[in-house]
Amino acid sequence: MNILVCIKQVPGSNKVEVDPVTGVLKRNGADAKMNPYDLYALETGLRLKEQYGGTLSVLTMGPPPAKKILYEAFAMGADKGALITDRKFGGADVLATSYTLSQGIKRFGDFDLILCGLQTTDGDTAQVGPEVSEQLGIPCVCNVKQVEKVEGDAILVDMEMSEDVERLKVNFPCLLTVQKDICEPRLPSYKKSKETAAREIETYTLNDMADVDEHHYGLNGSPTQVQRIFPPETHKARETWQGNGEELADRMYDLLKSQKFIA
Amino acid sequence: MGKLVVHQDKIQDIKALMAICPFGAMTENNGKVEISAACRLCKLCVKKGNGAMEFVEDEPKVQIDKSKWQGIAVYIDHVDGRVHPVSYELLGKARELADKIHQQVYALFMGHDIGKAAEEILHYDVDKVFVCDKESLGQFNMESYAKVFEHFINQVKPAAILVGATPVGRQLAPRVAARFHTGLTADCTVLDIHENSDLVQIRPAFGGNIMAEILTPNTRPQMATVRYKIMDAPQRSETTHGVIEHFDLPDASLKSRIAVLGITKKPKEKSIEHADVLVVAGRGIKKKEDLELVYQLSEALGGDFACTRPLIEAGWMDPRRQIGLSGRTVRPKLIITCGVSGAIQFVAGMEHSEEIFAINSDPKAAIFKVANYAVVGDLYEIVPQLIADIQQGRKIA
Repeated sequence: MNILVCIKQVPGSNKVEVDPVTGVLKRNGADAKMNPYDLYALETGLRLKEQYGGTLSVLTMGPPPAKKILYEAFAMGADKGALITDRKFGGADVLATSYTLSQGIKRFGDFDLILCGLQTTDGDTAQVGPEVSEQLGIPCVCNVKQVEKVEGDAILVDMEMSEDVERLKVNFPCLLTVQKDICEPRLPSYKKSKETAAREIETYTLNDMADVDEHHYGLNGSPTQVQRIFPPETHKARETWQGNGEELADRMYDLLKSQKFIA
Repeated sequence: MGKLVVHQDKIQDIKALMAICPFGAMTENNGKVEISAACRLCKLCVKKGNGAMEFVEDEPKVQIDKSKWQGIAVYIDHVDGRVHPVSYELLGKARELADKIHQQVYALFMGHDIGKAAEEILHYDVDKVFVCDKESLGQFNMESYAKVFEHFINQVKPAAILVGATPVGRQLAPRVAARFHTGLTADCTVLDIHENSDLVQIRPAFGGNIMAEILTPNTRPQMATVRYKIMDAPQRSETTHGVIEHFDLPDASLKSRIAVLGITKKPKEKSIEHADVLVVAGRGIKKKEDLELVYQLSEALGGDFACTRPLIEAGWMDPRRQIGLSGRTVRPKLIITCGVSGAIQFVAGMEHSEEIFAINSDPKAAIFKVANYAVVGDLYEIVPQLIADIQQGRKIA
């Protein structure tokens, strides 16, 4: 079985702030790291590889330093890695990102199973996985909380919904996004990290893709456009209320009602 | 769209210019500034760079004809015909947006045995409910549901589609958006609309510390997901004015590579960590029987209850309901503490709650330092009155 895990480098902390005077984003300089959700996708892939054989590849998209997380994946047991990087891919929204990834995946190889984390900690949209599956024309299951087994050319998984858990059988090739409760990710191995430190990775730029029309990538290929960014209004008002019991209760009621805690 | 151009001659201070970029996408190479793949084209450098950075527009893109896309549609999220309340909230928002641009409100409803539920949708000021009622749509299946969705968009051509950010909506909406090569904005907290039917979508970016205003200016339909309890729920009206329009697709076209083998109902989870609303009892509760006040208030608010360590030691509550360093950490949307003094070990387990009301008769209580609303008074007077207000629906003057 050929397994691909899509991973992303995210800021080490999500405490980004806007300077209220200049409107400039204040960077906190914290180190970038692998999106925590992706560790669960990686572990899921590694366990499937160990049980059923095959290879496990990892793919990421980002500036050149993002290849660091490919080596982290190697230290956990991944076999092959590829980095998609090009200035022309900058400013991509969900659609352009998923299109770029789907182009990169086609270039990288033929995969039976593509695994993604449920979402990233910087974008939090949980949309890139299902959009990649659509761009590749393969079935997709999100919110996977358990992989039961591989059966012939299909995989049996449990999908978590709001009221129930559904056992699904999905034909290969397919894409799954996995939840955090699916398994406990292993730690990187020092030995593997030493062994793989010089491993070659593939690097793809726009010219390596089957579709080289730059209007389909980056900001140009993004249907959504950010008009502006601004700091949120803080509603952490600190207020002290005094009065008799009835007044205070009525005041609480009115505020809770306006905040929709009371229907 | 365009690209960034660096005017090296206009750079006064390379370090200062590079510091503007929040993504670290500018690098210095032999005294020249270069832009790396980390660039997200936020254009802050253009705004703040004193002319050193310029955004050069490409040849203008062919503009789509927006008049061909009319109406605001809402995807009706449901389980076995029981409509998720987020769908009603979105119908209310859709009406507000549609009225602004004098267009209609549509609902898209797919599933099996949903005729009655579709009639009910009409009571929420909807002009047309498009219903696809088939046995093969009895359970959510991303492929067949996306197919029905696709058919609806091709036939109706709505300007915008709102989808609840439920486990179904969060996977179905991106599948459909990618099929139409259109924009999808997740978890919008504010929605508005321009006269040209461009949907103004506002959502938190970078983990909620920054808000972004997003448009989908040149593709249709525009798509957005919204979480439950973000928009106001509309009033159900007794009368209806809309119509139901049935449509059908051949079963063969709904074939899927995903098969549902079985469904297990989840047990109702009862853990204080999952509660959106928590009412907490502290030592200000004088005797065990009085916990009834806390139970009643939490029930009236549709939430759960918890307590501090002294009450656990007294054996008044299940230890799994203790908040604090030696208990659980909670982060509900609303927490109301009743007679809790606010020991540091307790505060560490709840200080990230979104809205904190603290009721305590001691104006110097430590809990007031973390509370958004410090309610100085006797819980034995306030809580019963608050419960009565909720049960009877106090009239706001």
